[in-house]
Amino acid sequence: MRKLIRLLCAATVVALTTGCVSTDEYAFNIEPWVKPYERSNLADPIMSMNRNPIARSYAKHVFESREGARGADGGAGGGCGCN
Amino acid sequence: MANCRLFITGVLLLLSTSSWAAVLPEDRSDVMYHYYSGDGVTIDGPSILLRKKIGNRVSLSANYYLDTVSGASIDVRATASPYVEEREETTLGADFLHNKTLVSMSYTNSSENDFEASSAYIGISQDFFGDLTNISLSYAKGWDEVGRRGDENFLEEADRNKYGIGITQIVTKSMIVGFSAEHISDEGYLNNPYRSVRFLDDSAARGFSFATEIYPETRSSNAVSLNANYYLPYRAAIYADVRWYNDTWGITASNGKLGYIHTIGDDWIIDVYARYYSQESADFYQDLFGRPNEFNFMARDKEMSTYSNFTAGISVAYEWQFSASAMIKKSSIQFEYDYMQFDYDNFRDVTADAPVGEEPLFGFSANVIKVYASIWY
Repeated sequence: MRKLIRLLCAATVVALTTGCVSTDEYAFNIEPWVKPYERSNLADPIMSMNRNPIARSYAKHVFESREGARGADGGAGGGCGCN
Repeated sequence: MANCRLFITGVLLLLSTSSWAAVLPEDRSDVMYHYYSGDGVTIDGPSILLRKKIGNRVSLSANYYLDTVSGASIDVRATASPYVEEREETTLGADFLHNKTLVSMSYTNSSENDFEASSAYIGISQDFFGDLTNISLSYAKGWDEVGRRGDENFLEEADRNKYGIGITQIVTKSMIVGFSAEHISDEGYLNNPYRSVRFLDDSAARGFSFATEIYPETRSSNAVSLNANYYLPYRAAIYADVRWYNDTWGITASNGKLGYIHTIGDDWIIDVYARYYSQESADFYQDLFGRPNEFNFMARDKEMSTYSNFTAGISVAYEWQFSASAMIKKSSIQFEYDYMQFDYDNFRDVTADAPVGEEPLFGFSANVIKVYASIWY
């Protein structure tokens, strides 16, 4: 598992530090199947994993203080690093 | 106390931004009162979060959080006296946006009379594939200083490293899924200095005595999770997540959560959810040892036992929308209530009057309340 995580991190670093950063459309040439104008539902605050950050960080604290497990419980946060 | 190091990292991660895409977080301020009551302990206090953009590329944040702890948990009732203490925590953060790349940084300090913790976080995320996919990486480093009340000569240290990766994928016009994985490595003094192991002692009145726990000085853990959000056509949403966990102490755990968000008009948002958590104990955990120093490592911390916990929660929010040109664009008040039930499979209630090793298994329920007001500007 540890090796897998490191491998994924390394792959992502490579992607972020190569031409993908500013030319991803050209590098991958993938047509988005959900157009920007079709994302109104996704942009609704009720679809956000972190709609209320102050309450969510507290809830996370309540669980982590009383459970042995830790990490990867913030939901993949997209642009938030809140995973 | 010791768990605040995890909380710090969580705060660092969660306060970073609030969207699934690489955009700066919204300008908002929140004031919250939080309350927890369970297992003879009450914890409450305020939390304040401020966020403000500087131009179009930078967002700054600050969070102040206070815990006031009073009462006596089962561990304290068995071996010590009730106490009152405070934990104060401050976080400062900044997010930088450049094209489709978001870089987040923050620093947190947490202070108690017997525990001092600092942590620094950096994360980077990038949109790909027509902004349908977002990949993020994060790293956090923490430094703890552990003391012990009543012992001025006791001072131990621990270092922590946390590596994370996350992928968020837009699947359809109404569905987002995410994957995340985190590796955490700790090194140093990882005990809770107030927790004790129990061992058979014929000379004791009740047939057992307590001794200091002995933990390994390293711990590495891996966790992976999947989550999904689905938008329903009448402005509602369902969401779910699952997580699997294991570490070098032998703890394995998994949990799942299912929730539903319902809106009434434009102003009311109601969120209900249920969560179940299950854990297998650490290799060196026992409720009752044969003698002190029986093994190299010995623990009786109930958070390292085999147990499960079920949580059900509801939140109700009322929002006021104002003009987009007004100084305050939106405000809300929110009330949240969670009920938690913990049932332990190999942790016994030693305060019960029963023969040694035959005490009833321990369990408790807890009530958690959050009340907060928010403004967006």
